[in-house]
Formats: sequence, structure tokens, C-alpha cells
Amino acid sequence: MHRTGFKTILAAAALMLGGASLHAAAPAASASPPAAQAPAAAPAPASTSPGPQNSANVPGATNTAPTTASATPPAAPNSPLLAVDGAPGARVQPGIGQPTDGVYGLQTQVTANGRFAHWFHDSILFPSITAISLLVLALLIWVIVRFRRAANPVPSKTSHNTTIEVLWTLLPVVALVLIAVPSIGLLQAQFRPAPAGAVTLKAIGNQWYWTYQYPDHGGFEITANMLKERNEIAAGERARTDADGPRLLATDNRIVLPVGVPIRLITTANDVIHSWAVPAFWLKLDAIPGRLNETSFTIEKPGLYFGQCSELCGARHAYMPIAVEAVSPAVFAQWVRAKGGTMPAAGKASDKVIPQVGSDAADATSNSGSTYPDGGQVLNGTEQAPVTSQRATGNRGGLGNQGL
Amino acid sequence: MTDTALNPNAFVAHGHEDHAHHDADHKPGFFQRWFMSTNHKDIGTLYLIFAIVAGIIGGAISGLMRAELAHPGIQYLGGWASMLHGGPQSLDQSLHLWNVLITAHGLIMVFFMVMPAMIGGFGNWFVPIMIGAPDMAFPRMNNVSFWLLIPSFTLLLASPFFGGAGNGWTLYAPLSTYGEPGPSTDMAILSLHLAGASSILGAINFITTIFNMRAPGMTLHKMPLFVWSVLVTAFLLLLALPVLAAAITMLLTDRNFGTTFFDPAGGGDPVLYQHLFWFFGHPEVYIMILPGFGIVSQIIATFSRKPVFGYLGMAYAMVAIGVVGFVVWAHHMFTTGLSVNTKMYFTAATMVIAVPTGIKIFSWIATMWGGSLSFKTPMTWALGFIFMFTVGGVTGVVLANGGVDDYMQDTYYVVAHFHYVLSLGAVFGLFAGFYYWFPKMSGKMYNEFLGQLHFWVFFVGVNVLFFPMHFLGLQGMPRRYPDYPDAFAHWNTVASHGYELMAVGMAIFFVNVIWSLMAGKKAPDNPWGEGATTLEWTLSSPPPYHQFETLPVVE
Repeated sequence: MHRTGFKTILAAAALMLGGASLHAAAPAASASPPAAQAPAAAPAPASTSPGPQNSANVPGATNTAPTTASATPPAAPNSPLLAVDGAPGARVQPGIGQPTDGVYGLQTQVTANGRFAHWFHDSILFPSITAISLLVLALLIWVIVRFRRAANPVPSKTSHNTTIEVLWTLLPVVALVLIAVPSIGLLQAQFRPAPAGAVTLKAIGNQWYWTYQYPDHGGFEITANMLKERNEIAAGERARTDADGPRLLATDNRIVLPVGVPIRLITTANDVIHSWAVPAFWLKLDAIPGRLNETSFTIEKPGLYFGQCSELCGARHAYMPIAVEAVSPAVFAQWVRAKGGTMPAAGKASDKVIPQVGSDAADATSNSGSTYPDGGQVLNGTEQAPVTSQRATGNRGGLGNQGL
Repeated sequence: MTDTALNPNAFVAHGHEDHAHHDADHKPGFFQRWFMSTNHKDIGTLYLIFAIVAGIIGGAISGLMRAELAHPGIQYLGGWASMLHGGPQSLDQSLHLWNVLITAHGLIMVFFMVMPAMIGGFGNWFVPIMIGAPDMAFPRMNNVSFWLLIPSFTLLLASPFFGGAGNGWTLYAPLSTYGEPGPSTDMAILSLHLAGASSILGAINFITTIFNMRAPGMTLHKMPLFVWSVLVTAFLLLLALPVLAAAITMLLTDRNFGTTFFDPAGGGDPVLYQHLFWFFGHPEVYIMILPGFGIVSQIIATFSRKPVFGYLGMAYAMVAIGVVGFVVWAHHMFTTGLSVNTKMYFTAATMVIAVPTGIKIFSWIATMWGGSLSFKTPMTWALGFIFMFTVGGVTGVVLANGGVDDYMQDTYYVVAHFHYVLSLGAVFGLFAGFYYWFPKMSGKMYNEFLGQLHFWVFFVGVNVLFFPMHFLGLQGMPRRYPDYPDAFAHWNTVASHGYELMAVGMAIFFVNVIWSLMAGKKAPDNPWGEGATTLEWTLSSPPPYHQFETLPVVE
């Protein structure tokens, strides 16, 4: 850890101010306790709140904020690896998946695109812009020293030099083209669609928490709220511990994703625009109401990765963090089952209908069973329209005219 | 009445042959002069005073923000919220106050500080003089432009007392539509409408003046570069602001009249708002910086005693920046789910802007090359401008890469970038222009020592303030956060100390202005010597109430 000494002083200073502040300074991340304290060790408070299996039965995204960090149910019995909230325990690693204090540079990347982009920034962009800035600085210092009035009392009257003007137009063009080549390559890589067999994660932004669905895994849903500090919680709420992650980054429920498996991320939002961002994945995708945005990435290393909402979304914009726990595919499957989900057959996504807000399946009056109680046949509005040779428009070139 | 159209004899009566008592003579009374003005210099002065007042308010707000951000945790917001609204406030209301502060800071600095100072202030004062015109083409409209800003600013300043607009200066829907009830956001929107109308009128005035009122011999290709910069800026204003007006009108109707332009539930699209906003918003950043380019070009030439190097290249580089500035807007929206081809196009187009910008930087250096440089306060600021704008510009090249923006978008790296081009670019240009023209405008010399001290304290201050923000951004700190994980503490604390230093610099500036106005030496007509070749230096300091009764002839 860099600057631990400084941070200790700062933490101490902040503690002294603690009486006046809403948040006492959290202990520095480097001071996290031994991992033994992390998983499963925390006492499981007696609770009647629904277990993980129940959450699978909650269809669609909820529009009301769930109680934040409420007492969590005991771990699923068959999974000794799981922590109290049903998530596998993982250690918070300083310097990985979270910011580090007082350093210069990007966060360590754990995806292929992230490593490519990190290289692009550190090896091409940063050296280029530093060189240009230093060149301009050197030229400025040179003219200041060489052409100051004392050194050069009689100014020249030169006001044109076509050669040099053409040169300083073309050289930047060449430099920019050289920068553009890897930049375009990075964009191509980022837009490569997820292959078959990818794990789909749907992140839904809400004011001010994230809900997640795993549509290929039985469509269960988890809600992630920020964990509050010990001095901020109401009775019965769970406070953040260092095992959960740093202050403002730890959530009550982590998203669990498998390593080495492509992830298809889909984002949307229920109220205003949010943005789902995890710096360690080189990822930021706006979650926009009425839209589905998609990207894909593959996490290369198990671990804990934190991010924060990155589009202004109202008062608690700073208080809806993202915590991803990357585990081996086997542990991921275990976790999915503990959450009441199902693993799709190898290479095949689940065909289970994903409950959507306002969709037919999302409420009791659903007609998705194709009949009403009175037995009358109803058409499902979400079904694909039957193929017909009838013209869609009078336009002969239109797509509706394929059969003619 | 001072209207020379009604009373042409008054025009002849005080020609500038009687410089000795021109500024005491035949001026309208106080109320008529300052509230019903049709004089471009007086209106320019009003704009500058307005901009300074707005700058103090906007700067004070950033002081509140840096105080809150100096350490992790929420320190002061709760107290400020109770002071503002009376009585203890909930955490959400305190956090909302943060969003109100960032919104107010952005809107004030953009619409009520930089734009009025650059265009309304220096543009009004010196464009007519530099082209040898007696006044602006539409003097009464000029006055309307200024006085629209007063209700506009009042609406914005009053809005926090009605709950506060906490949408950010970009006013993104749906946070600004169904995300924020109450009249505050409506007040902010109407404020922008008025400010936009003011700027459009001003733009029409400048374009007409520059095209029609140049003195004999003052061809377009002989115009000083500051006039070129204001001309290009005026076109940007004229083309961009109506788009903003349309976008925020749609916000208003979405908010109040049940339309759904930006509401997906009614077939609208929140991203449409972003396209409209940034179609205005990106030219807007050039609106803020182009007049600064013009000011710096004048100053560099003056204090190098050399004509500007590559004059035509400089002028058309600004035209190119203006044109290309209209086709790069979506680089502000790289994470909204644009298609790969769109991102590639906007990446490439954005990089193109670096070329004309580079031409300008190198031409300024070439202007100094072989010159005979003196380092009076305006020149010091102009040199600072060139370097700081370069630093801000090159981080723009990093951000231009759509793939890199998946990391950088909405982090402090962006905050650092645009403060380097604005707070260290545009503001350095403003200070350079202020010191350069202060003797001309006031008739008094500023204090050289205080001017230099102001520069160095401010220069160090803003760099300590904004440079660490790059590091925060590289570590992923999102912007618009009142509270941050403890790992961002170090650089935030450093940045807040930088603010303190910058505030000291501003105090020196105000001392200098007050001291110079009260006790400054009388300024000669041309304090800068043979390098100052534009027409304002042929007039007295301050210039006569009406200049150029007989038009100057430019060879």
C-alpha cells in the first residue's frame, strides 16, 4: 500500500472530527482483519425474512426500495463456502478491484479488453501526451529565454513559413492516425458480442440501488444496497465490516460471476439514468430507462471488484455501489442453486421466461398461460407475429414483400 | 438623449479632438447611462461587472464543494442544508444540496461568468473599436442582451430557495423531468432560456457589426484575430443555442404539460435529450474558449513586437474548430450505448480537432520566435494560457478515444480535463485580456507587482487544485460525488489545499483592481509600445464616449 502513513494520520484526524461528521472515518483498507473473520464467521441473526429461494419467486424488478441491509438469512446448508448472505466468501485484496490512495495510474485490469486498454493508455496515450506537453513547455522556455527583450532587442518581421506550417499540420495528423489504429482496435474488441454459452447478467438501476437478474439461470433476482457504517444503521440492520469491502463500496448482496466465462451484461433502469461501472473490468455502461444496453467481458481472476454508479441520478448517487465477486464456475453453479436458480444445460441458455416489469408473466392476471379462466383462447401480445405473405405496406421494396 | 441617430449634431460635437475632457462631457445621467445604455463600451463594462459578480458567486460555491470534499464523509452539507431551508434536514436533502451546488457552479461559470466576460465584456468593448466602428450595429438590442441576463441570473439564484435544481448543468432527462418535482428546475430552465435569448441577440449583433461596419480598408483578412474569434463564436452561438432552447423547452413541456419527448413510457427517449444537449454543448465549449484564443493572439503579438505568425492559418484554424466542433458532440455520450460505428466516427472526428488546435499552439510559439519579448502581466497570463491549455488539450486526446471512455467517462479525469481547458484555459485568457485592456478601459494602470503575484499564486493554486484530479480519475473516482471511498482521500485533500491557494490569488486580484481604480497611475494611450498595433491603442485611455466620428482608414 502506498502512503499508508499518510492515511493513518488522515484516518486519525477524521476520527477526531468524527463527532461532527455523519460518517466516522472507516479504517483504512490495508488494515482489514484476517480473512478468517470474513466468511461465515459473522453471527447469523435470527430472522424471518425470506431466504434466497424465495427471491426467485419475486417476479420482475421491484420499484420500491427494499429495506437496506436488513438482517440476512443463514447460509444455505449445503454450501460451506457461502457467507451469511448466501454469497461465497472472498477476501478483499488491497489494490485489486478497488481504488488505492495516493497513487498515479489506472486500476489493475482483470479482463482482456481492460488489459489492452490499460496498455493503450500507459504505453501509447500517456507517453504521447506527456511528450507533446513537454515539447510545448520546452519551446516556451526556449523562446522566453532566447527571445526576451534583453537578449533580442530587435524583433524579426517573419510572419510566414509555408514549409513549417504544412509540417505542423501534417505531423499531428500522422500522430493522430497512429493513435487511432489501436483505438479503433480497442473499440472493435469491446463490441465483440458475447458467444453462445455466455452468462447473462441484467443490471437494473434504481434510485438508489441495483437489482440484478440472471435470466439464463432461472431468472432469480438479487438486490444490492450499500452497506452503511456502524454508526449509521438502524436497529436490526447489518453494518459494513472490512470483510465486506471499503466504505461506500461494500454492498449487502454481491453479484457473483464465474471467471473465465464470457459475461453478457445488459443494463437498464427503472427511474432515471444510472451507469453501471467497474473500473477493474474497464467497463461503464449507462443504465437508461426504456433501453437495454449490452456489452460483454470475461473476468480472468477470482476476486472482489468494486464500482460505483457513474451517472448523476439524484440525492444518493454516491451511495449505490457495485460489488462483484468473481468465483470459479463450480462455485458459481453452487451459488446459483443456493439462490434458487438453475444452471442451463451445457452450451445452452435457459429457455425460462424472464419476468419483466409490466410483462404478462409479472402478475397474477397474466394471460401467458394462453387461456383465461373462462377457457377462452387469448393471443399473447409478446408472441412473435405469424409469418404472412400479405404486404405490410404498399411499398414493393418493403421488407413485408419478401414473398412476392 | 444620446442616440446619435436622433441627434447627429451631438455626434460631431464631441469628436476626439477634445480628448482632454471627453469623459466628463455630454454623458447622460447615471440612470440613463447605466440602465438605458446604448453605448458598447458602457454595456461592455456592465457585462464585465456582471461576470465578476457571477464569478465570485460561482467561485464561492466551488469553495463550499472543495471544503466538503477535503475529507471523506459528509462534513458540512447537513449544516448548509439547514441554513438554506431552516431547521434540520434529512440526509437526502443534504445530499440533494450537493447536486444543487454542482449544478449552480456549472451553470454560473458557463453562462454567467465566462460567456458574459468573453463575449459581452471584451467583445462589446473591443470588437467595434478594433474594426474602426463607432458602436455596435444594434445598440438598443445590445442593451436588451445585457438586461436579459439580470432576470436570468435572478431566476437561477432564486431556485435553491424552492428546493434547488440538482440535475447537473447538463439537465439530463429523466432526472430533470419526472426525477425532480418542484419549481426549481423550471426556474433553471427558464433562466437558460433567457440567457440563451440574450446570447442569440448578442450573436446577431456581432455578426452584423463585423460584416457591415468595418472601417474602409479593414477587409476580413485584415481584421485582428480577436475579432475573428468573436465572429466565429457568434456563429457558433447563433447555430447552437436554438438547439438548446428547443431541448429545454421539451424538458419544460415534459415536466409540466404531459408530453413525453424524453419519457420511454410515452415513446420518448432519454438519449434524445443528450444528443440535443450536446449538439449545443460541444460548440458551447468552443464558444467559451475561442475568444480566449483571440485575446491571447493579440497579447502574444503585442508583447513579442511581431505580427502574428501565420495569420490566415490562425483565422481559419478557428473557423475549422468551429465547423468541426459541430460534428463531434456524441463523444460526451460514449457510454450511452452508441453503436460501434458511431463510436468509431466520433472518436476519429474528435481527434481531428487536435489538428487546428495544434496549429494555433505552434503559431503562438512561432509568433514569439524571433520576437523581442517583454513579460508584462498580460503576457505572463498568455504564456500560462498556452501551456495550461496544451495540458488540458492533450487529455482531451485521451478522452477522444471511445474505448478509453469506458473507463474515463464521468470520472475526475474528465473534471480535470475540462477545468484545465476552462479554469486554466478560458479563465487565464480572461485575466490576460483583463490586464491587457484594463488601462484602456479604466484609464488607470494596474499594479504590475500585484498582477505578477496574482498570476503566480493563481497558477500554482489551480495546478495543485486540478492536477491531482487526473490521478483521482485514473483510479476511477466518479464525478458529482459529495462523499467518496477513503482511498480517494489523499488527492482530494491536496486539491482542496490548491483551492485555498487559488482563493488567495483571487484576493490579490481584487486588491489590485480596487487599488488600481482608486490610486493607479494614469494610463497613456498606448502603454504597450510599438507591438500594440490594433486600433484601440490609437484612442485615448479611456476612449472617448463616442469614438471614430470620422472613420479611420486602414491601409
